[in-house]
Amino acid sequence: MPAVEDIIIVRDMVKKFGKFTANDHLTFSVRKGEIFGFLGANGAGKTTALRILCGLSYPTSGEIKIAGYNVYKDREKIKKTIGYMSQKFSLYENLTIAENIKFYAGIYGLRRKVIDARTSELLDKLGISSIRNRLIRDIPLGWKQKLAFSVAVFHNPSIVFLDEPTGGVDPITRRQFWEMINESAEQGITVFVTTHYMDEAEYCHRVSIMVDGRIAALDTPGKLKESFNSKDMNGVFLTLARSKRMNAV
Amino acid sequence: MRILISILRKEFIQIFRNRVMLPYIFVAPIVMMVVLVFAANLDMKEIKFFVVDKDLSAVSRKLTADFTGSSFFKFKGSGFDLREAEEKIIKREADLVIHFQRGFEEHLRKEGESSVQLLINAINATKAGLINVYSEGIIRDFNQDIRLEWLGIESFDQIQNIDITHTFWYNPELNYKIFMLPGILVILVTVIGMFLSALNLVMEKELGTAEQINVTPIRKFHFIIGKLLPFWVIALFDLAFGLILSKIFFHLPILGNPLLLFGFAGVYLLVVLGLGLFLSTLADTQQQVMFLAFFFLLTFILMSGIFTPVESMPNWAQNVNIVNPIAYFMKVIRMILLKGSTFRDISHEFFAMMVYASLTLSLAVWRYRKIS
Amino acid sequence: MKRFLGFVKKEFYHIIRDYRTLVILIGIPVAQILIFGFVVSNEIRNTKISILDNSHDEITKKITNKIISSGYFDLHSYLNSYDDIETAFRKGNIKEVIIFESGFSSRLTREGEASIRIIADASDANTGRLITNYTQGIIMNFLKDLVPPGIEIPFTIDSRPRMYFNQDLKGVYMFVPGTMAMILILICALMTSISITRENELGTMEALLVSPLKPVHIILGKVTPYVLLSFIDGLIILLLGYFVFGLPFHGSLALLLSEMTLYVILSLSLGIFISTVAQSQPVAMIMSMLMLMLPTLLLSGFIFPIENMPLLLQGLSMIMPARWFIIILKNIMLMGTGILFVWKETLILLGMTLFFMILSIKRFKVRLE
Repeated sequence: MPAVEDIIIVRDMVKKFGKFTANDHLTFSVRKGEIFGFLGANGAGKTTALRILCGLSYPTSGEIKIAGYNVYKDREKIKKTIGYMSQKFSLYENLTIAENIKFYAGIYGLRRKVIDARTSELLDKLGISSIRNRLIRDIPLGWKQKLAFSVAVFHNPSIVFLDEPTGGVDPITRRQFWEMINESAEQGITVFVTTHYMDEAEYCHRVSIMVDGRIAALDTPGKLKESFNSKDMNGVFLTLARSKRMNAV
Repeated sequence: MRILISILRKEFIQIFRNRVMLPYIFVAPIVMMVVLVFAANLDMKEIKFFVVDKDLSAVSRKLTADFTGSSFFKFKGSGFDLREAEEKIIKREADLVIHFQRGFEEHLRKEGESSVQLLINAINATKAGLINVYSEGIIRDFNQDIRLEWLGIESFDQIQNIDITHTFWYNPELNYKIFMLPGILVILVTVIGMFLSALNLVMEKELGTAEQINVTPIRKFHFIIGKLLPFWVIALFDLAFGLILSKIFFHLPILGNPLLLFGFAGVYLLVVLGLGLFLSTLADTQQQVMFLAFFFLLTFILMSGIFTPVESMPNWAQNVNIVNPIAYFMKVIRMILLKGSTFRDISHEFFAMMVYASLTLSLAVWRYRKIS
Repeated sequence: MKRFLGFVKKEFYHIIRDYRTLVILIGIPVAQILIFGFVVSNEIRNTKISILDNSHDEITKKITNKIISSGYFDLHSYLNSYDDIETAFRKGNIKEVIIFESGFSSRLTREGEASIRIIADASDANTGRLITNYTQGIIMNFLKDLVPPGIEIPFTIDSRPRMYFNQDLKGVYMFVPGTMAMILILICALMTSISITRENELGTMEALLVSPLKPVHIILGKVTPYVLLSFIDGLIILLLGYFVFGLPFHGSLALLLSEMTLYVILSLSLGIFISTVAQSQPVAMIMSMLMLMLPTLLLSGFIFPIENMPLLLQGLSMIMPARWFIIILKNIMLMGTGILFVWKETLILLGMTLFFMILSIKRFKVRLE
């Protein structure tokens, strides 16, 4: 098999908040162009790990490399090559669609002409050209979500981090959203996504499941279902969660 | 650099779409000019006086007439009952009661001296003081006239006299507005620079979008400049707007160089913006910012010399004013506008402002970085 | 009843946990009173002056000394020529220049008259007038002393001022009532309107309305902590005024407290009314600030005398509750008058309270539907 480079390398990452260990010696890698799902229950430590990977917080210890850059020393370089979409969708409510795009694109250093061209392209594709001057406040949730993702990858980052991006939207929109993720992955953008919707795990190339700050399982969805003898990822997760409880007892 | 421009563009758009801020920026100057200027008049208008004249002599009547004739006093009636007069004071129908006792003129002629009693409502101590001073002035002048009349010019020569004339410079009409308008402009600029910037920062904090910025290539200083620079511009704009309004509607004199004023204002704003940034790190909600700013502004504005002279404050308070930037601007704006002071004259204040600007901005940025 | 108390407790927690706001709400009146009491004043002292002495003789020196030792004035500098005056003023350090003409002593003794010219900086008109007057007074006094013993200046009319209500001319009378009026409106109207609006915004108001709590209880519950807070503040202000500044208390305490209660209820009704009109917290804040606080500060007679204002503003001032409250306070505290002297103002406040209460209740009902 040809060596596919690992674009995210994490070894023994620890994050402690006082006495509480949120991330307990995490070790994993993400390959370039992969859709990597970071699953786990609420409070398992997913968001904490994601925040460290995109530079929002410092790890307590551990070796972390993003796109070849060291997370301790080369933060600014990392920021230029990644994209991010948060739970709150990160678009400014009192700015229009066009203004939001222009702002973020400008931040990442794109030139005017490039921005204009890509914006038209994007809006056409999403079918929202006619409302490019509408305030974000006034557009429905599903469109906001898709738009937020598009903005996150607008500057063609090497990795895009998505933090629980599909909260509160209907299943059809969720489907469409994942189609967009697939498209980006096909274009070579690595997607690192956290979620607690277990069915979305099926869409990922590989998936890791966090339980109590540790990675309890990491593999492709298919192989996981096999090992845990389960029809779907939901079952995998429940088995893991139950076994943890049993271990505790 | 492109990053900075993107941020500034976004900030300006957001500010102008912000329904909370817009009134402060555009309506406030107008309202302040109009209402404050007309309301804020600590001038003494007509002092209402009542006369209890138990003497009814030529002298007492003449003195009463002198009071009536003065533009500062307004005659409200006369009577014989002191009690009735006192009630007039209680009911606030009179500020002053002039009481001539029986035998006033006779005593003056025979004994060479006599006294007039002035009953003054002293709840407002300042007003009472002024009433006393003005009354004394009228009585003094009247006294000279009486002496002249009774002694005849030759004997009058024997007594030495110093002729005192006085002129008022910079505000010959003693128009209180001339004094207040620069003060109001200072308040305007300070509120925008400190309060609005802090409010804006806290609003962003409340929305949670500030964190978003941390993932992007935007550096902290881009963010801070993006948040503060728009208000620097807006404040200066409002200063210009206010100046023009003042000139057109109130004929505010602009003796000095307006560019000098704007130069100083620019530096002053740096101090004030720094304070606004600092303030935003102390509060979590808009409400808290509002109260903190109100508290701070109230204290320092009162101490800055806007209504009452700085020299009248106790020494320790004047020392505190050394770190009160508003006091500096208050002094400088009046100097430039009303007296035509030049850069040399305000150089001390200017350099002080530069020092403070670097101090407050550094402190504020440091704290801001720590907090986030 | 238990439900109600539970609700009131929750409201208290809200307030106490927001300790920053709490500190400020207590800090503002204290700071204001202290500043007004100790710092701000119109008294003339240490006013810096310059002297242009064209004579430099004994008499001018004596006059200069007398002026400088009066405590009102400080000598900043001696000027050399008339042209220096403008520069001196422009530097911003002096407020007055006194000019003695040349040959002052000889003119005075031989010709019987010499002249002094005073130029005052009238940017601050009041101060300008005062310092001119004081200077004149000092010079006149000097003249009196100059008269050789045995000869008296004949026909002197003396004035004996008697200061009513405030013999020592303390400034505290002006601002204690005003501070109270302002703080009470701040706490009651502003805070209440924000608190209710916040509940609306968060959506928790609906949860409350669905619960067994009656709307009346909800309103009362929201309002109670602020009533308490405002009474505490009112007391602090009074105590500060009394102990630190010697504010006298001639009237009846009971009457004062009842008037205060009336004003508090009025402010609360205003706050509730604003909450029924404002759609969001920031709007509630702005409305309270612009329509209540600022006008109260400016038009109620607190700092600026009402009689100086143009008629339009005087008219506006009449609808400011603070204006009437301040009059009531002053009358009771300082003049010791009973209800007879303040019945008019009390009635006005009563009327306003009823008006806003009814209005608020109506609007509240409308909202529910």
